[in-house]
Amino acid sequence: MKMHFKGFISARAIYSGLTIAAAAAPANPGKTYGPTLTGPATPARLTAADGFIQRWMLLEPIGVNGLTRGEVQAMVKKEYFPGQLTVLPHDGDKETVGAATLVWHAVDTKLYNVNLYHFAYSLSKPTSNILVWTVTIVNSPEEMKDVRLAIGSNAASVWWVNGQEVVGIYNDRQTVIDDGVSKRITLKKGPNIVRAAIVNGGGATDFCARFLDANDKPIKGLTVTLSEPGK
Amino acid sequence: MRQKKVLILNCALITIALSLASAALAVEGVTGIHDPSTIALDHGKYYTYGTGGGSLVSDDGWTWRRGTTPAITGAAPDVIHIGDRYYMYVTRGQGAATKSQIKMLWTKSLDPNSPDYKWVEGGVVASSDGLEDLNAIDPGAFLDPNTGRLWLVYGSYFGYIQLVELNPKTGERLNPKDQPKNVAINCEASDLIYHDGWYYLLATHGSCCAGANSGYNIRMGRSRKVTGPYLDAEGVDMIQGGGKLLIGSEGRFIGPGHFGLVDLGDGVQKFSMHWEADLDKGGASVLEILPLQWKDGWPVAGDKLQVGTYEIESVRTGTSLEMAVAGMPVGGFPRRFRGGPPPSGGTGSRPAGTPGAPPTNVSNATPRPTGGQGGPGGAFGGMFGGTGKPIPDQDAAQVSKDWPDGNVDAAMANYMSQAQQKWQITPVPEAGGYLGGPYVKITVAGTDRTLSATAEGELVVLPAFTGAPEQLWQLDQLADGSWRIMPKAVPNTKEPMALSAVGASFATLSKFDSKSDKQHWLLKKP
Repeated sequence: MKMHFKGFISARAIYSGLTIAAAAAPANPGKTYGPTLTGPATPARLTAADGFIQRWMLLEPIGVNGLTRGEVQAMVKKEYFPGQLTVLPHDGDKETVGAATLVWHAVDTKLYNVNLYHFAYSLSKPTSNILVWTVTIVNSPEEMKDVRLAIGSNAASVWWVNGQEVVGIYNDRQTVIDDGVSKRITLKKGPNIVRAAIVNGGGATDFCARFLDANDKPIKGLTVTLSEPGK
Repeated sequence: MRQKKVLILNCALITIALSLASAALAVEGVTGIHDPSTIALDHGKYYTYGTGGGSLVSDDGWTWRRGTTPAITGAAPDVIHIGDRYYMYVTRGQGAATKSQIKMLWTKSLDPNSPDYKWVEGGVVASSDGLEDLNAIDPGAFLDPNTGRLWLVYGSYFGYIQLVELNPKTGERLNPKDQPKNVAINCEASDLIYHDGWYYLLATHGSCCAGANSGYNIRMGRSRKVTGPYLDAEGVDMIQGGGKLLIGSEGRFIGPGHFGLVDLGDGVQKFSMHWEADLDKGGASVLEILPLQWKDGWPVAGDKLQVGTYEIESVRTGTSLEMAVAGMPVGGFPRRFRGGPPPSGGTGSRPAGTPGAPPTNVSNATPRPTGGQGGPGGAFGGMFGGTGKPIPDQDAAQVSKDWPDGNVDAAMANYMSQAQQKWQITPVPEAGGYLGGPYVKITVAGTDRTLSATAEGELVVLPAFTGAPEQLWQLDQLADGSWRIMPKAVPNTKEPMALSAVGASFATLSKFDSKSDKQHWLLKKP
């Protein structure tokens, strides 16, 4: 059962080793989505040594057209399915988008980036002119001020942290590490929901994301889960 | 300073208000001086002293006024700050021929209103007897950052430039019986600086004191030892007339001389000097302050900030500052891309290939046509052929009707000559400045949309300039020729911050780090 939240996650969600351990058990461990993506085999994963978030929930692609700032902003303001900016889905949850039923997939990436071309291709889904919704939860052991979400994507993308839109990059572009960077934000102690809409025109498509600290250094060792503790 | 010099300049000073149409910006106010001493900072004010007791003082380093004449005046003084004392070395008793003395005097303050302002005479530190190959004038003091030893170079055309060691605790000659060391010849107004394992001797060549007919130019050699030999870039010893050019006459400014280093820390260095003649000021000798760059182990005179329109490009990312609006390609959308992305991905159908085995090296590039690029015979044209006529520059009037009215974020992007990527840099009258530069506003060219710092230490483009401190910018050229761009103030903090490229598409403000390319910016003419 998927959960919907209005904005910020509840204050009762306090990070601890216990709550992480209590995160949802992997549904499809070892399932592969091309050569770089697999279903998670553990309830939680740490951000990489270079800070990248390597565990995400991905919704199968939605057909769209357009990459400019105006086009992409209009796209993400359209409701494709209920709660698209608040949902915390579980692996295998489904959304009805128009006449299509699309499935959420939990993935770990072997690399710094998440290859959406591999993802879509492996599911026999379109890879071009698509919008992919993705969400993950980054658990912070303490409140962290003046951090930034730093992202790259192929192509355009818009990002939210705890329900607040924090950064967007537009037009046809390749994934560049720290291409788009948010203004200074605060990571609260406990779970922080990171959500994105990735829009591709043609060809390869992927994204990467990490948090930078107040000195613009990658924050490593944060725990990444795909469900709220205990859910 | 050469014996023939007219010691006291009586030229009437003409202050010309800054013209926004002028190409380069020069220090403002009363700037008339000859042979300025190295600029000294005392409790937030800048001081320099010239030949004949002429002195200048400035509250901000940009607008200058006449200062107080020190207790002892003479020719071509130099000033150095060590501990709680300011030492001045100045030629006195200069009579006929080359019989001269360089005297030391010191004070604990340069501010005549301070109770510590009191010049104390400290005796003679160097002299020439009128017979030897030396004229003991034009002193330049140097505190070796490696050893803490204090040195003085001096001399003027008649024979050698000499080096003696001083006592850094008293400013006096360390061992009066030691023979001075000859380090250069046929020049004057010498000074020493140190940089990255090398000592540099800078000295002025050419003739002075003839207004626009002065051939003054500043040259240099370098050595691994403070005592020399000082060789120029061609290996010629300065004691045999060598000298690599640092700066000569430029435009309407004639005859640079009397180098003095001002190290502002954080990798920002500037230097003071005078022009023998500023043609816009009737040929008067005036103070100048310029950035100091370093290239291939040699100092290079930096650029004066110029009013104009610029692309502001990050050294780190290669992307350029822009107002975050939807860009319109110059000349409009090319026919092929109108209304959407390139067709490389088709319509989203599954790519050809074996199911379950996606390609691992998929290019996002637009596939190139394999033929038919322009008609019969393969003549160049088609999608690569352009319109066949020049495309005019894009200006804000063409595209701004689609821009939001209120505040807009600042962003960065690949430069494509679009209106929101062109920034007008304009000094703001009466806003003051900093050492060697005026505060400027940075606006989207052709508009009043103004780059500003925010209370959160971020950037925003405001609809109009109001003159608030966070809308005023300080531009300092760095050693590599790039620029540090700092707001005069950031609300809610006193910490100086600089424009910083954290990401390729994002700029912010952060504490300046001279070793990071994040805060180095290129000002390019669009």
